[in-house]
Amino acid sequence: MSGEAILKTEDLSKTYESGLFRKRSVVAVDKVSFQMGRGEIDSLVGESGSGKTTVARIILKLLPPTSGKVIYRNRDISEFKKPKDLIDYRRHVQAIFQDPYASFNLFYRVDRVFNIIFKLFDNPMSKDERKSMVQSSLKMVGLNPDEILGKYPHQLSGGQRQRVLIARSLIVNPEILLADEPASMIDASTRVDVLKVFLDLKKSQGLSILFITHDLGLAYYISDRILVMQKGRIVEEGEAEEVIMRPRHEYTKDLLSSIPTLSKRWEEI
Amino acid sequence: MSVLNAEDIKAYYKLLDGDVRAVEDVTFSLLKREVLGIAGESGCGKSTLAATLSTIILPPLRLVEGKLLTENGEDVFKLPERTLRREIRGKYIALVPQSAMNALNPTRRIRDLIIDAVSAHYPRIAREDVLKNAAQRFEELGLPSRVLESYSFELSGGMKQRTVIAISSLLDPKVLIADEPTSALDVSTQKTVLSLLLNLRKRGIVQSIVFITHDIAVLRQIADRIVVMYAGMIVEIGGMKDTIFNPLHPYSKGLMSTVIVPEPEIRRRALTAIPGAPPNLRNPPIGCRFHPRCALSSSKCGQEVPTLVTVNRRAVRCWLYA
Repeated sequence: MSGEAILKTEDLSKTYESGLFRKRSVVAVDKVSFQMGRGEIDSLVGESGSGKTTVARIILKLLPPTSGKVIYRNRDISEFKKPKDLIDYRRHVQAIFQDPYASFNLFYRVDRVFNIIFKLFDNPMSKDERKSMVQSSLKMVGLNPDEILGKYPHQLSGGQRQRVLIARSLIVNPEILLADEPASMIDASTRVDVLKVFLDLKKSQGLSILFITHDLGLAYYISDRILVMQKGRIVEEGEAEEVIMRPRHEYTKDLLSSIPTLSKRWEEI
Repeated sequence: MSVLNAEDIKAYYKLLDGDVRAVEDVTFSLLKREVLGIAGESGCGKSTLAATLSTIILPPLRLVEGKLLTENGEDVFKLPERTLRREIRGKYIALVPQSAMNALNPTRRIRDLIIDAVSAHYPRIAREDVLKNAAQRFEELGLPSRVLESYSFELSGGMKQRTVIAISSLLDPKVLIADEPTSALDVSTQKTVLSLLLNLRKRGIVQSIVFITHDIAVLRQIADRIVVMYAGMIVEIGGMKDTIFNPLHPYSKGLMSTVIVPEPEIRRRALTAIPGAPPNLRNPPIGCRFHPRCALSSSKCGQEVPTLVTVNRRAVRCWLYA
C-alpha cells in the first residue's frame, strides 16, 4: 500500500457456533489484519469457505466479530451504536452484492431501488433534486438514464442491473465501496463494463474499493493490491503484479496453477 | 468419422403465448475421439441444446424439426420412447446435467442409484455384478470406493460432480454431454473434474465429449474444436486455437476479447464489452440475431438470416463471409 489507510482491521476473528447442547464451532475468520488504501482497489481473494464474505459482513456491521476490531476514522466501528453514527457510517461505506437480480423487487420498476437510499440524508430533498441526482449517478456508471428508468428488472441485462446498484450506492457519495463477488453472475460480454466502472470511479472519484472475488483473474485485472485468504487467514498480500507473477505462498502458487489460462495448456491433466 | 450428426435441429419451448426459439438450425458433427466445446453466454440455448442432444426433451420443450444421426446413420429422434430409454440414453448418449450438485437423491446411497440406473437397461443383471463393476470403475477413475456406500450429502461438491460423471458414463456411452460441469466448483476441484473427463476418453470409456460452458479459458485447456452459440444459433465452428485466438464472427471476436485470466497480457489489453444485451428468444431479431449489437452490421443483416458457410475448414454464420 502506497498511501494512507482508509479502513483497517485488527486481528479480526469470527467463530460461528451451532448446536444447542453440544456446541460445534467453525472458525470462519482467523485473526485477519489488513489495511485498505485510500483511493485503491484492494481485492480479497479466496475459494468458497475461505471467510471472505464474513469479513465483508463484519465491516458492514451486519455481523459482530467474535474478537478483533474494524477501525474507520480512528474509531472502532463497534462503537457506532446511535442511529446518527450508524447512518453516518452507512453513508460512507456502501456495498453491492453478488446477485444483481435478488436486490430488485421484480414487480416494481428499477427506479424503486433509489427510494430508500435517500433516507440516509439528513435533509429531505425535493422530487426534482432526487431525480437529477439519480440521473447523474446513472451517467457516472455509463448508463443512459432514459434507457434505464421506468424499466422492470427483467428488461435489463445482468451488467446493467449491477451498474444500477452501483449508481444507487454512489448517490450518498461514499468513501468506501464493498463489492462482494459483483461480477460472478454476469456474462463475460457485459461484465467488462462493470469492471470498468470500478476502475473509472477509483480514478474520477477517488473511491476506495474492497473487491471480494474467487477469481484471481478478475482480481489481477482490477486491483492495486491482492489479499489471498485461505481457511479464514490472509496467507499472502501484496501488489497485484507481485502476487500473480511472483507468488510466495504455496497456496497462492497452487491456486494459480489450477486456473485455466489462455497462453498454454496444462501439461499434466 | 463422426459419432453424432446434428442436422438442422430446431427445439422451441411451446408456451401459451408463443414460442421461445431456444435452439434454431443447429447443425454440426461430433467427431470420433474429440472434445467439442460449446461456448455461449446465459440464455444462448446451450442447456436446451444439451437436453435436445441427450434426447431428454420434456414439455414445454418440443423438437420442431431436425435429425440426430448416430454413426450408423440412424435418426434417434425417430426412435420410440422405449428404445430411446433402453438403447440410447446412457448407452449411446449420456448427459451430465448442469445441476449435478442436486442430481443425486439425498435419501439414497450412491450404490442404490447405480443399481437403479443399470437395471433400467439390463433388467436381469444381478445386484452383486452391478456393484462389483461399479466399484471397479470407481477405482479405475480414482474415486474412493467409500463413495458407493455414501449419501450424496456426505460428499464434497467436487466429489459429487465426479460421482455424477462416473455414474453417467457407467454404461460406456459413445457420447458424453457435459453441461457446465465445472461452473459451481472452486478452481482446484475444477481441475480434478476436467482431468476425470479426459481420463474417460483416454481409457476409451467414452469416445467423444460435448463440453458446454461459458468459460473460454476452460475450453482452451480441454477442447479440440469449439462451437460458439449466440441467441439459439451456432455462429461459428472451428479448431480450438483458431476460434479463440483468431475468431471470425463479430460476436466470437467480442466474446474472446472479454476473457479475463491472470496473465500479464490481460492488464495491458483494452477489454471491450459488447454493447447491449442478448435478445429475448420469444421474439428474436429478424435476420442475423446478433445484428442489433454488431458494429459491422449492414442493412442485409437485419433482413436475412445468414447461412453457416465454410471458410477453410471452419464454419461461420455471418454476411461478412458469405
